[in-house]
Amino acid sequence: MPVASAETLRALELSIGSLGQSEFRGQTRVVVAREQLAAAFTTLRDARGFDLLVDVTCVDYLNYRDAEHRFGLVYQLANVTTNERITLRVYLDEPDLTVTSATGWWEGANWMEREVWDMFGITFAGHPDHRRILCPDEFTAHPLRKDYPLQGRGERHNFPVLTRNQA
Amino acid sequence: MSLADSKIRTQDIAHDEQQDYLWTLNFGPQHPATHTTLRIVMKLEGERVVDAMPDIGYLHSGFEKIGESLDYNQYVTVTDRMNYISPTANNIAWHGAVEKLLGIEITPRCKYIRTIIAELQRISDHLLCNGAVGLDSGAFTFFLYAFNKREDIYDIMETLCGARFTHSYTRTGGLSQDFTPLVVEKIRNFCKTFPKVLDDMERLLNRNRIFVDRTKGVGILTREEALSRSATGPIARASGVTRDLRKDEPYLAYSDFDFTVPCMKQGDCFARYLVRQAEMRESLKIIQQAIENVPAGPINVSLDERMTLPSKKMVYMTIEGTINHFELAMTNRGFETPHEESYGAVEAPNGELGFYLVGDGTDVAYRARCRPPSYIHFAMFPHLIRGHTLSDVVAVLGSLNIIAAELDR
Repeated sequence: MPVASAETLRALELSIGSLGQSEFRGQTRVVVAREQLAAAFTTLRDARGFDLLVDVTCVDYLNYRDAEHRFGLVYQLANVTTNERITLRVYLDEPDLTVTSATGWWEGANWMEREVWDMFGITFAGHPDHRRILCPDEFTAHPLRKDYPLQGRGERHNFPVLTRNQA
Repeated sequence: MSLADSKIRTQDIAHDEQQDYLWTLNFGPQHPATHTTLRIVMKLEGERVVDAMPDIGYLHSGFEKIGESLDYNQYVTVTDRMNYISPTANNIAWHGAVEKLLGIEITPRCKYIRTIIAELQRISDHLLCNGAVGLDSGAFTFFLYAFNKREDIYDIMETLCGARFTHSYTRTGGLSQDFTPLVVEKIRNFCKTFPKVLDDMERLLNRNRIFVDRTKGVGILTREEALSRSATGPIARASGVTRDLRKDEPYLAYSDFDFTVPCMKQGDCFARYLVRQAEMRESLKIIQQAIENVPAGPINVSLDERMTLPSKKMVYMTIEGTINHFELAMTNRGFETPHEESYGAVEAPNGELGFYLVGDGTDVAYRARCRPPSYIHFAMFPHLIRGHTLSDVVAVLGSLNIIAAELDR
């Protein structure tokens, strides 16, 4: 997988300051502070041509060895002309789980961020349609968090029962 | 069949009380034309769709949560059930990502076999997708031609691994079965008969007035929108994005073969149909080149890697084989993974199918995120259908190739 070029990393460093840069299996990963995420998006999209948002996801590091933060958001970006790829990581801790929405830069972020909200409870500021997507609206938990058990907590029993006349 | 005029465009931002005359139609979750379980609530002005609100999650079964408790070899059975139209493509994507995390280089023979199977799955997926578009727009014969040929691919897979529908064909560092002469013969037969079927299919539909009228100019996605909305695969290529991971980031054995990436600029349903038809020809080219050049040698990585189960001969005749088998088969052992994270993606029939894996030392993933192309493509649906008529819904839905099992996971 093509790594991010030196120019991209330099441009990113100029806009957001020091990069927590690392590489693994040919992937360049950059740690971005939550406040600087918008600046990083603008630099990457407008100055470096990263026009494809491949994926937005989240990892809950609750029981992970040596983890310093609870949640890590992962943005996979690609430039379809030069085939560069870069991974942005944003670490979040409770209680403040709010981050800038990427929908202002890439419209494709809409459903990906809704899924992250649904599964992990991360709030995206400025998201146009901030609702659950896979779980029903009555659901209160965020099931991909590590403190949520594999077999559920019996949310089904608390769902309102609809009769044929109400439906 | 024309695009929305400006009057309709402005209506979707109008207030609710001004939309009283609009009619709300519920489409799905059980409907023959959704093909799978998904629901769309549409606001109609007469026959014209003013807005569409997809409602998904009916098939959500927590695949990513299950991935945190099944080991890397067990989880392959779950990936079968994501895009069940091309299950082995998912298997290859999953184990490609796992091998990337582990840093294993698979054997040349394994690479070739995986390439051939991945391309067969691409043909299978495109046949279903185009067949369903034909079926939904009234071309039933076309659908039968496509399905008849998919049966041959199921037959090949059954001969190869014993399963017709959910193959679970790959293993970490290798495959479950090697090619047999019968499989090679069946694939050669398929290569011989398939071009004629493709010709027949194209003669049936490419200049068919009804089909062209129903798909041309419907659901247009421009290049900028395709990129901004994260489209990949045939849908992006029908809009002029020349991105194909097989060429751009060659994986498996794709760099050895001569093939082209079909692209179009129109970005409508007809362009998506044509791109898929052309891709099947290219896939066939790859299979023809690969099947005659499969390298000899083992399909699994060597014993030293301690990843794949050794052969029975090794288990019974050598001490290394016995120990290795024991280490892998016991539930409290298994192989070690790095304390790292990686993203591995392949060009699945539907677009970029990637897995973001977090390893925590054990052989069970700490986090197994799937980047499902169907999910990302279905998000574009309201945008594509706005301003078109109700009968265009099935054409657009079919051309996006939404597989609800992958959509909801």
